[in-house]
Amino acid sequence: MIQADLTVILPEIVLALYAMAALIGAVYTSKDALGPLLVWSTAGLMAVLAIWIASNGEGTNIAFNGMFVDDGFARFAKVAILLAAAVVLLMSQDYMARRDLLRFEYPLLVALAAVGMMMMVSAGDLMALYMGLELQSLALYVVAALRRDSVKSTEAGLKYFVLGALSSGLLLYGASLVYGYTGTTLFSGIITTAQHGEVSLGLLFGLIFLISGLAFKVSAVPFHMWTPDVYEGSPTPITAFFATAPKVAAMALFARVLHDAFGGVVADWQQVIVLLSVLSMFLGAIAAIGQRDIKRLMAYSSIAHMGYGLIGLAAGTELGIKAMLMYLAIYVTMNVGTFAFILMMERDGKPVTDIDALRQYSRRDPGKALAVLILMFSLAGVPPMLGFFAKFGVWQAGVDAGLTGLVIASAIASVIGAFYYLRIVFYMYFGEENEDPIETRSSPILWGALMGSAALMIVGVFYQFGIEGAAAAAAATLVN
Amino acid sequence: MDNILSIVTFIPAIAALILALFLRGEDAAAQRNAKWVALVATTVTFLVSIGIYTGFDPSDTGFQMVEEGEWLMGLKYKMGVDGISVLFVLLTTFIMPLTILASWNVTDRVKEYMIAFLLLETLMLGVFMALDLVLFYLFFEAGLIPMFLIIGVWGGKDRIYASFKFFLYTFLGSVLMLVAMVAMYADAGTTDIEALMSHQFSSEGFSVMGFYIVGGMQTLMFLAFFASFAVKMPMWPVHTWLPDAHVQAPTAGSVVLAAILLKMGGYGFLRFSLPMFPVGSAVMTDVVLWMSAIAVVYTSLVALVQEDMKKLIAYSSVAHMGFVTMGIFAANQQGVDGAIFQMLSHGFISAALFLVVGVIYDRMHTRDIDAYGGLVIRMPAYALVFMLFTMANVGLPGTSGFIGEFLTLMGAFQVNTWVTAVAASGVIFSAAYALWLYRRVVFGDLIKESLKSITDMSARERLIFAPLVIMTILLGVYPSLVTDVIGNSTAALISNYDTALAAAEAATQVASH
Repeated sequence: MIQADLTVILPEIVLALYAMAALIGAVYTSKDALGPLLVWSTAGLMAVLAIWIASNGEGTNIAFNGMFVDDGFARFAKVAILLAAAVVLLMSQDYMARRDLLRFEYPLLVALAAVGMMMMVSAGDLMALYMGLELQSLALYVVAALRRDSVKSTEAGLKYFVLGALSSGLLLYGASLVYGYTGTTLFSGIITTAQHGEVSLGLLFGLIFLISGLAFKVSAVPFHMWTPDVYEGSPTPITAFFATAPKVAAMALFARVLHDAFGGVVADWQQVIVLLSVLSMFLGAIAAIGQRDIKRLMAYSSIAHMGYGLIGLAAGTELGIKAMLMYLAIYVTMNVGTFAFILMMERDGKPVTDIDALRQYSRRDPGKALAVLILMFSLAGVPPMLGFFAKFGVWQAGVDAGLTGLVIASAIASVIGAFYYLRIVFYMYFGEENEDPIETRSSPILWGALMGSAALMIVGVFYQFGIEGAAAAAAATLVN
Repeated sequence: MDNILSIVTFIPAIAALILALFLRGEDAAAQRNAKWVALVATTVTFLVSIGIYTGFDPSDTGFQMVEEGEWLMGLKYKMGVDGISVLFVLLTTFIMPLTILASWNVTDRVKEYMIAFLLLETLMLGVFMALDLVLFYLFFEAGLIPMFLIIGVWGGKDRIYASFKFFLYTFLGSVLMLVAMVAMYADAGTTDIEALMSHQFSSEGFSVMGFYIVGGMQTLMFLAFFASFAVKMPMWPVHTWLPDAHVQAPTAGSVVLAAILLKMGGYGFLRFSLPMFPVGSAVMTDVVLWMSAIAVVYTSLVALVQEDMKKLIAYSSVAHMGFVTMGIFAANQQGVDGAIFQMLSHGFISAALFLVVGVIYDRMHTRDIDAYGGLVIRMPAYALVFMLFTMANVGLPGTSGFIGEFLTLMGAFQVNTWVTAVAASGVIFSAAYALWLYRRVVFGDLIKESLKSITDMSARERLIFAPLVIMTILLGVYPSLVTDVIGNSTAALISNYDTALAAAEAATQVASH
């Protein structure tokens, strides 16, 4: 019996064991000198696991009496998480090494965070959910403060930790209420209680607290306060990581809780998600206008994008989940490319994050400028880039579910948001000349990530590598 | 050739790709090569597109040369032309080589410039051929990107403001249209334009937040599409982006904007609003007619006081587009024929007028009307060309401008006499501002020192104007060239429109009994 359970959870076990073994190994040998090697081996292992999960997984497997669910939905999210984490790790290596930040803990903490995320998306129980969430969060708190001698970085880590702890508290309180009113922590048990008759006030309270805790993790407004500061303060590769894999994990977890545990009572949580979504889109769009720091700008951008993703969730339908998954996959691809570029931005070896420094960049490096242009238009959701189809998908789901008002609001928000993406293009292509231009030092990996993700924005319009089918299958397993 | 439409659409894009991948360097040779590649590509596109014209059967009112293929997310790649769109395709392929020729003096980032124009051509052609809602939107919207860059990178002093205004204005209109498209997809279950034309969208009135909406869903969808097309057109009062964009854009950019991009709005009304939301259109007809009449008079008056030549022509464009919307929403044979005719004719005339301004701007680097005067003495050929297009702009019989204005006024007269009376006065205003412009720039004494050494048009410039002159006069004396092609399609459009309205009328009467 236990053996069958372990088979289901094998990828997580492998990654966790690897992280612990490597940690011990590195401590007793040459420590930080092993950093580059560990980055490569961690990224390699993640990629292998992603391929393994993508090719081997079949059907819905339940382990530990339903606490851990391995279904199509979880597999889709896990593949996205692992690939994103692997690519971001590789992208960060050069940057971290040159700034003497490449400690051996870094890749291993990322690996542990990945284990936590995989746990989250597979959670079938409130306990498993919390375990995964905390494993992920604790690892992320530490990496946010990785640059120990920088005030900003430590501040970012501390802020993230304190606010994260608060949100965990909310989540736990909600979980305890849900347990109190349903008598079980298993999602399958909660959903039977929820679907039978009226949802009691206490259960509703628990649900709202759960949603609040999760909204913090996806940085949806009004639980977004930590995002800009943490994005700005953390070393750029960490920011890149924050903007990709954990967002996928948190959104997937969000979807899983709402559908697996509260699937029958869509009307009870739909309004809340709609509100989160509208606020996130507008705040993300409006607050980013004033930003000069590209990392802060991307923080608001990610808040807005989570708002769009939440439209898919708010729809509460299979189409909605499919659209949300597509949105996340496309969002992650765009962000990988954008952060690859941000990682390149520097002047005299020091990282630069002021968008002012991009003035007339297209004259110095037309190739990269064009790639960034494509990414910016894609982020803004202008066709023919793939980012447009991401938005089209969630809007379609929204209208289909009768949320026309939300879709119209998001259309208006997307126009406001287009402004700041356009401004980056404007600086690069037709701003005034800057006396103090930036250099963009690119390692082959960064260059590949930037160009690859820009190319995908165009190629994806013609061919999508089967992501659409996978997302549809994943959504079908979650919503039934 | 089974897929001639795709071939025509993508020749410029392939040329752009070749330029992007294989052309290196910024020296004179590379610049020359970029220009020649662009010129050859656009000319070849035009020559191939003649095949569309010859292969087109005007007696068939359906879509012809249709291509269909699967695309992502349940959407289709579907292209085709009918009588309404085929001439716009030709207009586009006809104008583009001229714009490339007009850009021969560009020296800054020539390669990127040509790539932007070539991509723009592909996207504009796609708009007129797409038979899938989302494919249409994709082409329609993607055209903003090259135009944004053309204005922003190669534009005048206030190009940044103008480019942002252009982009955000049109983007806002378009996303609302996209929402309506999504709703149509949800309602009809397809994005195929042909299928949507025969789909009846609900026209039952309902209340939204206390407002009773006559025509229900159709009216709402009409308004969403209207937001996009009215901005694109542009109609008063959402026209304010146009003068800014025109003034700041380089000459070739203005030409494309006036000759082709503005026509997308009118084309959209004919392709979507009338056939798909007949009830919604009927509900809104009076409002649109009055907006058109106001546009004609108001923008003509504004044009009268402009000091900048390009701005003057830009306002005159808005006025002429007022005739177009008036003709379309008159929804009868003369009106719609006239609207299409007016759009095509305006495509030639406004392109020519912007080129006329470009000729002297290239020499003097100013567009102030005050800076000129007496040009006829040094530039007789130029004065002649300018005269012809001024007259065409006024709508002198014998030029294509007359036919369009006359037909639209005749169509509108049958529907709403007062609107027509107001709009007809715009004809007089247009004579006033156009002739006054001509008088101030071309006639008078040549007293300005700086103008004493100005040279007449070069061979290249004459070559650009020749086809435009020919087309303007040809269409003016032989309008059947256009009306024969579009006649059957517009007749079918109008009879479908009337049938749908009658059916909706009958349905409401049945319901009320």
